[in-house]
Amino acid sequence: MDTRPLVAHIPSLRRYARALTGDAWAADDLVQDTLERACLKWRLWTVGTDLRAWLFTLMHNVFANQLRRAPPHALDIDALAQDLAGADTSQDKTLDLQRCLLRLPEDQRAVLLLIALEDLSYAQVALVLDIPVGTVMSRLSRARARLHELMEGAAPAAARPGLRRLK
Amino acid sequence: MNHAKPSDDKHWTLQRDALRALHREVLDEPIPPALLAAAERADRRRSDQARWLRWGGMAAGLLLAFAAGWLASGQWAPGAHGRVMARSPQGPEFVHAAAVAHAVYAPEKRHPVEVAAAEQQHLVQWLSRRLDRPLKVPDLSAEGYTLVGGRLLPGDTGPRAQFMFEDGAGQRVTLYLGARTDGAAVAQAGESAFRFSADGPVPSFYWIEGGFGYALTGPLPRESLLRLATVVYRQL
Repeated sequence: MDTRPLVAHIPSLRRYARALTGDAWAADDLVQDTLERACLKWRLWTVGTDLRAWLFTLMHNVFANQLRRAPPHALDIDALAQDLAGADTSQDKTLDLQRCLLRLPEDQRAVLLLIALEDLSYAQVALVLDIPVGTVMSRLSRARARLHELMEGAAPAAARPGLRRLK
Repeated sequence: MNHAKPSDDKHWTLQRDALRALHREVLDEPIPPALLAAAERADRRRSDQARWLRWGGMAAGLLLAFAAGWLASGQWAPGAHGRVMARSPQGPEFVHAAAVAHAVYAPEKRHPVEVAAAEQQHLVQWLSRRLDRPLKVPDLSAEGYTLVGGRLLPGDTGPRAQFMFEDGAGQRVTLYLGARTDGAAVAQAGESAFRFSADGPVPSFYWIEGGFGYALTGPLPRESLLRLATVVYRQL
């Protein structure tokens, strides 16, 4: 059982949120909202179950609510691409990767990040995102293929017409 | 659409490593004070909130049950009976709480315990840590009882534990235990004989040993309960 205090989970929550949103401020806001939700919802956490997975579940719900509330253009890739364009070359690859990640539909991005960054199992991801395990696997597969395609064509990515987020 | 093959391990490793390198520095950054404060608030809330509150709908009923037990034990223990109880190992609160806890949880079908017997080692470690003393689960198999599991409960001044046992017919008995806190009584007697209480909703035998109170509770005839309590006492 995970008896670590919440604070021990913050670094990985922050990193995941950063990769999910592509924005440091939005990421920390997401973590903050997640922690506040945890504070309110403790009694819904079943003792003995995976605290980390539960926190990611809360974060996913907060994120999904934010997406519902904010219209897609709030995360316009064009604006982001311009922000990123001037960065120095040593970070280009990282920025490309982040930019490509943001071009994935967020449901695919979440699956990919939970598995790659957090090492959650398919079953855990299914619980976190409240989707069937089969969907986890197909989304992972699609996310990987799409990310690969995007990375192959990453160089001109900033010059492409802005892709709106799906959904 | 060109799906990545799940079997394409090398490709996946590369992709995963690239993703893991992304924002890795965030892991080592100092945590922003606002997040730290939010986490501390939530942690405090978690420890404040007695674990059994998480069983949602049961919470209100439980609070009432404990409150009723508390009031009842305070108001209806007059005269000679009150004096006996005052000298008793844990006072009326302890054994009454044991009986109420039994009455609340023993009928539960789905959530009789917080941690099931399948995770006995974890259960014992956890409750030992919370009660700050190495606990042991007595083996009552010779009496026909097997462990169902256990849970943490709030006592009047601190944590208490309940272990639940069940026989082949589904008859349940609970062992309730916790540290006693009144120093005078500890100095007076670190141990005590078995005492029987039928004040609560379910009868109990209770005793104290090494500054720790125990109550064995179950809807059994006095003799059967005493026999079980003796077995428990010998093993602890």
